[in-house]
Amino acid sequence: MKKVALYIHIPFCKQKCLYCDFPSFAGKEDFMPGYAVALAKELNSIKDKKIKTIFIGGGTPTYLSLKGWKIIQKSINRLELCDDLEFTVEGNPGTFTREKLIFLKNMGVNRISIGLQAFQDSLLKGMGRIHTIEDFKQSFFMARDIGFDNINVDLMFGLPKQTLKQWRETLENVTELNPEHLSCYSLIVEEGTEFYKRFEKGTLDLPGEELERTMYANTIDFLRGKGYIQYEISNFAKDNKQCRHNLVYWEMDEYIGCGAASHSYCDGFRYRNEENIEKYIEKMKTEVIGEEGLESEGLAIIEKTKNSLDDDMEEFMFMGLRKNIGISKSEFKQRFNKDIENVYRKVINKYTSTGFMKETEDNIYLTYEGIEVSNVIMAEFIL
Amino acid sequence: MQSNRQKYIRNFSIVAHIDHGKSTLADRLLEKTGTLTKREMEEQVLDNMDLERERGITIKSQPARLVYKRENGEEYIFNLIDTPGHVDFNYEVSRSLAACEGAVLVVDASQGIQAQTLANCYLAIDNNLDIAPVINKIDLPSARPDEVIKEIEDVIGIEAQDAPRISAKTGLNIEDVLETVVEKISPPSGDEEASLKALIFDSSYDSYKGVVCYVRVKDGKVKAGTKIKLMNTSKIYDVVEVGVFVPNYLPVTELRAGDVGYITASIKNVRDARVGDTVTEAARPALEPLKGYKPAIPMVFSGIYPIDGARYGELKEALERLQLNDAALGFEPETSIALGFGFRCGFLGLLHMEIIQERIEREFNLDIITTAPSVIYKVMKTSGELIEITNPTNLPEPTEISYMEEPIVKASIITPSEYLGSVMELCQLKRGLYIDMKYIETTRVVVNYELPLNEIVYDFFDALKSRTKGYASFDYELKGYVTANLVKLDILLKGEKVDALSMIVPEETASRRGRVMCEKLKEHIPRQMFEIPIQASINAKVIARETVKALRKDVLAKCYGGDISRKKKLLSKQKEGKKRMRQVGSVEVPQEAFMAILKVD
Repeated sequence: MKKVALYIHIPFCKQKCLYCDFPSFAGKEDFMPGYAVALAKELNSIKDKKIKTIFIGGGTPTYLSLKGWKIIQKSINRLELCDDLEFTVEGNPGTFTREKLIFLKNMGVNRISIGLQAFQDSLLKGMGRIHTIEDFKQSFFMARDIGFDNINVDLMFGLPKQTLKQWRETLENVTELNPEHLSCYSLIVEEGTEFYKRFEKGTLDLPGEELERTMYANTIDFLRGKGYIQYEISNFAKDNKQCRHNLVYWEMDEYIGCGAASHSYCDGFRYRNEENIEKYIEKMKTEVIGEEGLESEGLAIIEKTKNSLDDDMEEFMFMGLRKNIGISKSEFKQRFNKDIENVYRKVINKYTSTGFMKETEDNIYLTYEGIEVSNVIMAEFIL
Repeated sequence: MQSNRQKYIRNFSIVAHIDHGKSTLADRLLEKTGTLTKREMEEQVLDNMDLERERGITIKSQPARLVYKRENGEEYIFNLIDTPGHVDFNYEVSRSLAACEGAVLVVDASQGIQAQTLANCYLAIDNNLDIAPVINKIDLPSARPDEVIKEIEDVIGIEAQDAPRISAKTGLNIEDVLETVVEKISPPSGDEEASLKALIFDSSYDSYKGVVCYVRVKDGKVKAGTKIKLMNTSKIYDVVEVGVFVPNYLPVTELRAGDVGYITASIKNVRDARVGDTVTEAARPALEPLKGYKPAIPMVFSGIYPIDGARYGELKEALERLQLNDAALGFEPETSIALGFGFRCGFLGLLHMEIIQERIEREFNLDIITTAPSVIYKVMKTSGELIEITNPTNLPEPTEISYMEEPIVKASIITPSEYLGSVMELCQLKRGLYIDMKYIETTRVVVNYELPLNEIVYDFFDALKSRTKGYASFDYELKGYVTANLVKLDILLKGEKVDALSMIVPEETASRRGRVMCEKLKEHIPRQMFEIPIQASINAKVIARETVKALRKDVLAKCYGGDISRKKKLLSKQKEGKKRMRQVGSVEVPQEAFMAILKVD
């Protein structure tokens, strides 16, 4: 049976953060039970697949009501799971209760990802976060107390008004708690967000480019000193604690997405689900009588496209180059039955000769300088 | 001897300043005479290129045959030959006029006489044409027909009291125009029995018929089967078809003296049927050809290069195809170190250049880079050899140059008098030599200057427009060459000279030009993986410098879940952007940068 990763999207948030352009919504709590039912139905449609990782992301999954979780749990229990399953749930401080965490632990969750972002209440407030540092600490210790031994903390740098000192303070304080994994994202001001509006108006006080780059360089150095190895542009882990689920995306392995706005990549096709919560629930209610009786597969899919060979090669390259280890030339050959030399040699030479990329016997990867301008390089891998 | 038949023929053009309503009037005439019903008629039928319609300008002349039934029952054949209004296409105007006995002069009732009104009207008068003035747009609240009529009488010196007052837009008084054509414009007076003499005033290429010669028969007759001789090339052909323009091709049995129509004779190449040539009978040739008019002389030159070097062949094909219908377009291959293989192209002026550029991009779907336009410089070398330079890169070393000459034009500018000071200041700034000026009316004045053509191709239009809030109009004609102090300004990117950016400039403004060019380039060259010094130099001496700092950050920190489509879209967009860039050494230069250096002030 094919082994795949499973992503489950929970699009509810107590409040939308000012920088967030993800499919997440505040004030839709009334739809939680209906959503859980729809989601359960979609999960039940997964057939003939063995699940190697589960990632429940959001939104704020920990904001979902316990009632909702109970509905989903039934469907998860019906799945074929690998013995070494990595099972992550994302959450934000202020939405954790001991009861929910214990429930999750019992459901099989073995990894918790906590959104902290910064270690200064003033910065948190400025980003529209609903929690304080104190809330975070409580959540973190609660998770440890319940027995979670694999915890990720999400951080951000390049925030409005953020100083280098504050960022270093954040890194120091967080590493003090000794989480197994850290994600450090450089803030990107995305269209359609409150930050974007302020940016347009000129009222978003972002750190300068050089300062922001210093923050990034500091992050890598500091975390290395604390035993966290960078394995992707924004991700750092202690030994063997890399997030296997995210590696699936970067390595172009197969994954199934369930829930509103989720994406799947399976059997050479990419799928996209309905984004609107109400519409998603509505679509999942439809009953389709298929040849084998009741069938609900694909009800919420609004886009399905076959990846061409070129698509696959491009994605393999630009996703793979996000990883510090880069891509494997032999794997390229094995997957696509094509020699990477014939497809990409020119661009590889262009960037290895200028020091933005490095090449070993089997691997090609971006150097630190390359990572900083990776979009420029990756764009040249588009065929 | 004038036949009775010719009494009922009128061959005329409509001349006007741009936007004074020439094409709209042509449409109304077609409609009014029932040549085309309203339903058949797209707006501005005669402007049949997309580009013409979009820009509201006429580029190619287009003939149409109209039948006008007078109230008294007399039936007239009108051959209307539409003309372009823009100065760049003067040669098109003159070749159209050569086929006519008269011209309808359209003047906007609120704007009055403008530079091209004058230029085109004088062209018509020089060709001994009868002028029938028409006052258009009288429906506008700002119309002042009486004053405009007085302007026509005072400035041009023709009678205009009984000029029809019309609105081509609403169709008001269009019949008056038809009447005025009958009354004011002379009928043709050719000899039908004499040897054939027909003037080729235009041609086009039809994939079925081959070259279609647009002709005005002056004397004699021609029909299918006639063996014709082109007097200029002495080539002989058998006529396959003759016809008239309705305005589409309509075959007829014969064209006779006084007629405007077309001839096809299996001619393969437009160059073999040169516009201005005389068609005669091979068996009974005319003694003298008709007086041809001056051929189009390219005045502005620039390099055109494909962004994707591999598409050189396609670019060549595109230019060849365009040339089939545009004899004024010249091109020859050239090579640039920075841009690779391309073509040095000759144009009539900046508008012509822009139009060709746009047509290549649109009709042939090619991305191109156009280098800064240049004029023809004459260089007397110390060796005594006189050479002509159309590409600044080819300018000899300063030590080899004895002296240089540049083309100058006589420019006429009509401006509201409040901007006169500013206009004159601009002309001085552009090294102009004042000739004279004359008030058209108390608030408008025409001022004449001698100006170097290279100042005009640089940014004169834009500067004039901004100084006069767009109220001034402008026209020019080539006058000759004068000696000038000129130097070559080179641009270096990351230490490497970019030949395609070299310009020939007056010595006195060279260092300012160099500074501004560096600044402009800095604006247009995006930050790249390394620092890019931009330098301007004259005779290998650096006179200005700017730096494009290295790109520090272009990275997507987070890929959302399994949604890679956004990331992919972003990368694809970046890749598209790259297509508009040209690799010059290790530097990527966007296409706009090559043109932007022109818009300096």
